[in-house]
Amino acid sequence: MKPLLSVRNLSTRFDTFDGSVYAVNDVSFDLKAGETLAVVGESGSGKSVTMLSLLGLLPRSTWVTGSAIFAPEGFELDLLSVSKAELNSLRGNKISIIFQDALRSLNPVMTVGEQITESLITHHQYNKNGAHKRAVELLEMVGIAQPDKRYYAYPHMFSGGMRQRAMIAIAISCTPDILIADEPTTALDVTIQAQIVELTRRLQQDLGIAVIWITHDLGVVAGLADRVMVMYGGTGVEIAPVDLLYENPGHPYTAGLLGAIPSIAGSSADRLVSIEGAPPDLFQEPRHCQFAWRCRYVFDRCWKEKPPGYIISPGQVVKCFYDGREKTPRVEE
Amino acid sequence: MITMKEQRNENNKNDLTGLLIDEESDRNIRARLWYIWRLLWRDKSGLIGLIVFLVIIFSAIFAPMLAPHDPLKIDLHASRQPPIWTEAGNPEHILGTDNLGRDLFSRIIYGSRVSIMVGFLGVSIAFSLGMMIGLFAGFKGGRTDNLIMTVTNMILALPYLVFVVFIAAVLGRSLLNVVLIFGLTNIPIFVRVTRGEVLRLREEGYIEAAISIGQKTPAIIFKHIMPNLIGPLITLATFEMSAMIFYEAGLGFLGLSVPPTVPSWGNMLAEGRQFLTVFPWMSIYPGLAIVITGFSMNLFGDWLRDVLDPRMRRMKK
Repeated sequence: MKPLLSVRNLSTRFDTFDGSVYAVNDVSFDLKAGETLAVVGESGSGKSVTMLSLLGLLPRSTWVTGSAIFAPEGFELDLLSVSKAELNSLRGNKISIIFQDALRSLNPVMTVGEQITESLITHHQYNKNGAHKRAVELLEMVGIAQPDKRYYAYPHMFSGGMRQRAMIAIAISCTPDILIADEPTTALDVTIQAQIVELTRRLQQDLGIAVIWITHDLGVVAGLADRVMVMYGGTGVEIAPVDLLYENPGHPYTAGLLGAIPSIAGSSADRLVSIEGAPPDLFQEPRHCQFAWRCRYVFDRCWKEKPPGYIISPGQVVKCFYDGREKTPRVEE
Repeated sequence: MITMKEQRNENNKNDLTGLLIDEESDRNIRARLWYIWRLLWRDKSGLIGLIVFLVIIFSAIFAPMLAPHDPLKIDLHASRQPPIWTEAGNPEHILGTDNLGRDLFSRIIYGSRVSIMVGFLGVSIAFSLGMMIGLFAGFKGGRTDNLIMTVTNMILALPYLVFVVFIAAVLGRSLLNVVLIFGLTNIPIFVRVTRGEVLRLREEGYIEAAISIGQKTPAIIFKHIMPNLIGPLITLATFEMSAMIFYEAGLGFLGLSVPPTVPSWGNMLAEGRQFLTVFPWMSIYPGLAIVITGFSMNLFGDWLRDVLDPRMRRMKK
């Protein structure tokens, strides 16, 4: 089956006064209809920038190369080469995004309800009454009590969790094919976080939306995702089905991340393993493996060329020369 | 069927609990007025400011009906009469008469017309043009923005009163000139505030969110930027209006505002100046009118600033 979204060799570069920032380098991934792809990585690893590049939401002095074939039923186009008007008609309609800080994402002088009707009116040619009804329905769908009254509430009257629910209502209002969730639970406490995760999963099943969930919390990933992409230094270093990733991480960085999760069952004598060193300097154009500085298994070849993607088991692609046993180059498949 | 009184009690009850109020009632106009009244009642200084301001506007509009005398009628037999409550007071002239025997009370009532006109029209010109130029500069950015802001800052760098006096001296004395002078010279302040707000608002998350749901630029300007601009600009407008009324009186005092035949507070101050030590009432009452007007508008402006921010609506005790 054809993937819903097929991203190939996506690179994003910002031109700043201090030089170019290579924020995303050669990211490739597929997204199937209805599945959940988690994108994990530390701050500055290019998770958000990758998604913003796809939606054309970056400032003007940005260079994006590569391709992103978006192929829902009926048509097919490259997100990175369509016109601004076409992209405008897709945004909020076929592809929606929710951001980390829901309060900042809601206009303080408009009622929550009005903000939900906005994208309905823009994309679906709903009239005002129809949009109103639908907005109340949506508020109910995302689990807000007394939706007909909350329609008239302003964002500051909502709690953090409710705001994020309202954002989700806006995002799913046009029943998009893809929902990009950019760390939507980071600003929330753990119980609310669980509720939002649960809500997203339910809506996804009901509406058949594919979700790209950006997070740095591997705990959330385990319960939510079908597949995981691990990003490091602007590159997707490993993509794998979630079970495979936890059982048999193929990249030293993934292994390092998994080693750094505290376990409630572990004894207090076990220290958490941290990854030595700091994330790479993105001002340099990458010519070799970005993880080489911090990798325990680093050898000559790692400093000479960028590792291509190796398929190490069904559905698991790893960008690393080291095969896990000894310092010998992996055979390309 | 609930009666109005029950509805009111219901509103008050909700209010006391501090919880979310039934927002649906906001839709009908009567409830909305009632709501504004409650906001005013809570903030007494805003209420007083508004009432005084409304009285002044009322007297400006209905001056011919309210004034007991013709403000221009000269009666040398009745000149320099003190106010009614002094021993020599004449019951004909409540606040006394000036050097030429014109009724001070009537002149003050007519004088409010000049002040209110200059304040309203001047602010309307500065507000509308300033907002448009500021929006344009903030959105266009780059060179256009630089050019507009350089000119704006240059005008702001000129000593304001000297600038105004210079223009007034060149253009001559008429109401239209005074309105234009204050309107045009206040544009830079509105440009600066608008542009600053636009630059700040453009970086807000909800603007990015609006773009991410496919909203086009005009929709973003009108639905997201403008409503957020109105609050600070309206507040600025009330303060600027009271400042204009002060400055107009100042110009009048210098003999650069409306022609001396028109009764205005500034002109009255100028005429009373030479009698300040012997017949102080000729200057005191127009002076009081100026002070009360400015003060009431500042009180009202303060209240407006709080109310126009929806975040403040439910929180104020």
